[in-house]
Formats: sequence, structure tokens, C-alpha cells
Amino acid sequence: MNDLLWIFVSTLLINNFVLAYFLGICPFLGVSQRLDTAFRLGLATSFVMLVTGLCVWFLNTYILEHAPYLRLISFIVVIASTVQFIEMVIKKLSPALFKALGIFLPLITTNCAILALAIFTTNKGYGLVEGMVYALGSGLGFTLAMVLMAGLRQETDLAPVPRLIRGTAMNLIIAGILSTAFMGFAGLFSAG
Amino acid sequence: MLKTKPDAYQEFLKGLWRENPVFVQVLGMCPTLAVTNSAENALVMGAATLFVLVASSGLVSALQRWIPKQVRISTFIIIIATFVTVIDFSLEALVPRLHKELGPFIPLIVVNCIIMGRQEAFAARNPVPLALLDAFGMSIGFFFALLALGSVREILGVGSLFGVNLFGPHFEPWVIMILPPGGFLTLGLLLLFFNWIKERKERLVRRLDAMEAEAR
Amino acid sequence: MDAPQPIAKAAEPSSVRLVATLAFAGFLSGLIIVSTFETTLPSITAHRDLRLEQSVVKVLPGAVSLRRMVHRDGHLTVVEREQKGEEIILGGYAADGRLVGYAIPGAAPGFADTIALLYGYVPERRKVVGMQILESRETPGLGDKIYKDAAFVANFASLSVDPEIVAVKKGKKTAPNQIDAITGATISSKAVVKAINTANALWLPRLEAAPRSGTETSETNAKR
Repeated sequence: MNDLLWIFVSTLLINNFVLAYFLGICPFLGVSQRLDTAFRLGLATSFVMLVTGLCVWFLNTYILEHAPYLRLISFIVVIASTVQFIEMVIKKLSPALFKALGIFLPLITTNCAILALAIFTTNKGYGLVEGMVYALGSGLGFTLAMVLMAGLRQETDLAPVPRLIRGTAMNLIIAGILSTAFMGFAGLFSAG
Repeated sequence: MLKTKPDAYQEFLKGLWRENPVFVQVLGMCPTLAVTNSAENALVMGAATLFVLVASSGLVSALQRWIPKQVRISTFIIIIATFVTVIDFSLEALVPRLHKELGPFIPLIVVNCIIMGRQEAFAARNPVPLALLDAFGMSIGFFFALLALGSVREILGVGSLFGVNLFGPHFEPWVIMILPPGGFLTLGLLLLFFNWIKERKERLVRRLDAMEAEAR
Repeated sequence: MDAPQPIAKAAEPSSVRLVATLAFAGFLSGLIIVSTFETTLPSITAHRDLRLEQSVVKVLPGAVSLRRMVHRDGHLTVVEREQKGEEIILGGYAADGRLVGYAIPGAAPGFADTIALLYGYVPERRKVVGMQILESRETPGLGDKIYKDAAFVANFASLSVDPEIVAVKKGKKTAPNQIDAITGATISSKAVVKAINTANALWLPRLEAAPRSGTETSETNAKR
């Protein structure tokens, strides 16, 4: 139980996918203007991560033992299919959200965070429960970073910032400060 | 201003500066930040990406007539993933230490937006020689960006370049440079610098145009 | 087919065509990947085995070769490849075939992320004789001293395991089961200790039950 908690908190805060591993930067910089869109995209991504985590466990346990070289391709196919499926579901359930997310929904496929989740889970050799906890923590960590960034951007958009810095340069500097702040979480679980 | 006919040289050059994938298009961020904690890592990642981009662009361009529009993205992904798997195994066999340093970021080349972006925007609708030139240009532009970032971070964060100690034993390294925040900050500042240069150039062009208009 | 389609709309490729394209692409891709895999496999396996061997030699002075072992049905069994989920231990052998000791993998959460290490253990002397960090994301300049600081690593050259290993403040080491922690990196140091203690708790009872001098059963032997 202690291990599971460590896995969850580690990927949520200490080794946050966005702020410590630089994954999912494209949506992090691209979709974080508005708080509600950022939050919903974060949740959609988290859901894709959970489904991916499940499929990856299944693939690793039963199929990839015999063909380890197909690992990358099969992961990509799983991710692309999951995103396609989610797209259809969101379109059905909430056309407004579908419109709001626009191009960024299919772009979840190229979100490095999801493929990285698949690869990291495999490398760490997590079982089913650990894998799902890891996926949940990573997805929520991504959402957390997105939401924080969106909040900060909404504030700075109204602030008198020099024109030259505005845009991606400023967002990256903000991200750097956020990342520094998150470094403070290290050592949360002391080995003492 | 006159629009020059797109000649081969231009297709190559644009990736280096005018449409630099990292500094101008702001694509391919994930590997850029993650592997640039040393100049050597940046070099290997740049080379690996070059292989994948050029090979994929070449193949996509060669097969463009046979790829139906509806499945083009899936086909691109299959092609890109194949080459990434190839380079992953090759690096592990040839340079195991460097492969271990870069770790999971080599398979992540598959989702590097630059590669997919070039297939969709250029390779799928242009002849093979142009596609290859575009791929080379973009790769070298990407390579240059990675190297710039990696060098700055290594020099400030460790005090060496490509492992060669620069400042001697009394240098107090600015450790945060090789940690994640350093990546964000360095890229942000480099982008700022890039924007500033672009701004100055545009202002100069505008002044020249104005002078030209006056002279007439 | 009925009336001809308006010229503006090009003929849509049939589903068969779409599937066929993807199937062909997949087939070609599979072919390329498999051939690359087969070509690079010997090199990759050789590198991995060499790295493992180097680590074992480093943590078990005097060992020149290794054998992978797992704990099955109360015995230590030599295996070629362990099954999924099985923990392995490495037996280190000297040039004359004598068992030098065991190289045991361990892991524990450190300051930043999990620290993975390998350490050498000699049952007859009940001592740890070497330690090598395999994976660490500890802070450069502080936590990374667990592998960069030769003095810290030297702590593990002859370390008693009874009752368990303890990290103390630097310079305050008094007992044979204590190590000097790194100043400013207490958490990383303690994580290393925890990794070894946890692995000891798992393996020491197993090793005590096993026969002493390298007469572990072999998988292939058992099959005969």
C-alpha cells in the first residue's frame, strides 16, 4: 500500500510528467490559455492514459513477450485507437466541448506524455494495479500542470509585459519557475 | 516585395533559420528540453531525429500516390514508427552508453511533432528530391537548436562542453541549468533572443523599404 | 452502378483499398523491424551481459563470471532467463569456479526518484563487500554523490549486515554495520541503506536455507 502511494505521489508531484520530464509540452504551451479548456483537456488526456495503461499491461503480459520488437508500433496503434474512440464519445456526449477542444483532441495522439507513460510503465515493470495507479497519477499530474499554467497565463495576459517577451518565451519562463517550485516536493517521502 | 520561386536551395535553407522548427514553429519541444542537459546528448538526439525525418520524408514522398487520403496519418505513423524502431535498436547495438543516457526519449521521437508535421505539410505533396531537402533543412535546424540549448546548459550547469572541462576546479556550477527548470528557462531566453534578432531584422527591412519608396 | 457521379467529386477509395494499404504498410514495417531486430540482437545481448558482468565484478571482488539464479520451491535455481515477476540474484564465481558470493539487486525511493543498485554479499562473512548504483536521478552535486563520491562507495567495501545497516552522520561511524552518510544528502544516503536492508530481509533467509558452496540446482539439471 505504501508503494502504491509512493508511485502515485511521485508521478503527481515529485516527478511530474510535464514539469520534471518535459512531456506533453505541446498542449501545455498550446492549450493553456483558458482554465476550463485546459482542465477538460487534462481530464481527457488522463482518461486516455488510464485506458492506455490497461492496454499496455495486457500487451506486455500476453503478447509482447513473443515479439518485443513490435512494442513501439503496438503502443502507437493502441494510443491512436483510444484517442479516436474518445473523440467519438465526446462528440456524442458534449458537442460544445468537442468544438472547444478543436484540433487538440486528435493531437492527444502525439502527446508525448501518453507514449512516455506506456514506455515508462514497461521499463519499470509495473503490474496491473501499479500500472493503473501510475497512469492515474501521471494523468492528474499533467492536468495539474495544465491548470496551474492556465491560471498563470490568464493573469499574465492582462499584465503589462514587454511585447518582445510575450508569447512562448514568457510561457517557457513561467514554466521554468513552476518547475523550480515543484522541485520543492522532492524528498516528500523520506527514507528515514 | 517580389516572391522568389521556390527553388531547391530555399527548401533546404528555410529549415535552418526562417522556419526553424524549434525557435520559429515551436515544435518538437519534448525532446528539445529533455535531452539537452549535455551537448553530447543533444548531438545524438539530433542525429537520430535527422535519420528518422529524412528517411520518413523520403519514403512518404516516394509513396504519396499510393497512400489514400483517409489513412494517410496512420500510414505516416507506421512509417515513422518503423524508422524510430530501427534507429533505437541500432543505437543500442552501436553506442550502448549513449543509448542508455537518452533512454526512453529515442522511442519518443515517434511523437515528435516536427516529423509528423513535415510529412503532412510537405513530404506528402512534393517530389522526393524537394522532400529530402526540406527534411534535411528542418533536421539541421532542429539539430542546431538542440546543440545551442545543450551547450549552454552544459557550460553553465557543469562547466564543461562535450565532457571537456572548461573552467577548472574552482568553477561553481549553476546546477539548476541541467535540471528541468534550467531547460525551460534556457529555451525561453533563447527564444527571446531569437525574437529580438528577428525583430531587428524586420525593422531594418522596413527602414530599407521606406528609404526605397522615398528615393522613387 | 447508376447515374455517373458529378465530376467535382473524385471517386472515394473503397474500404478494401484503405485496409489493404494499411495492411501492406504494416507488413512492410514488420519486415523491416524484424530484420533490424535480428541483426542487432546479438550485439545488444552481448552489451547487456557485459554490463551486468562488469557490475558483478565490481561489487564482488574476485568474481570473474556470474550465473543468474532465482528462488523456486525453497531452492536456489540457476536459470538462463528468469520468468516474469521472479526476482533474481546473481552468483559470482572466481576463476577456479568457486562461489565468491552473491550480487543482489535492490531499490528504494530516494530524494527524487527510485534508486536502483547492486551490492555484493558474502554469506560466510555476513558482510556486504561492494555496492554499485545502477539508476539514480538524485540531485547533481548532492545526491549524486552516492555514486560520484568514492569515499561514500568505500563505506560498502566491508560492511557487516547484523542486525541491519545504519547510516550515521559523517565521521561518527563506530560500529561495523554503520556507514557515513553524505553531508547534505541524508535522504539519498538513507535510501541506499534502505535498499540494501530490504533486499537483505528478502534474500538472507533464503541464502541461509540454501546449501553453502555453490551446489545450486540448475534448471537444465532438473529437467533430466
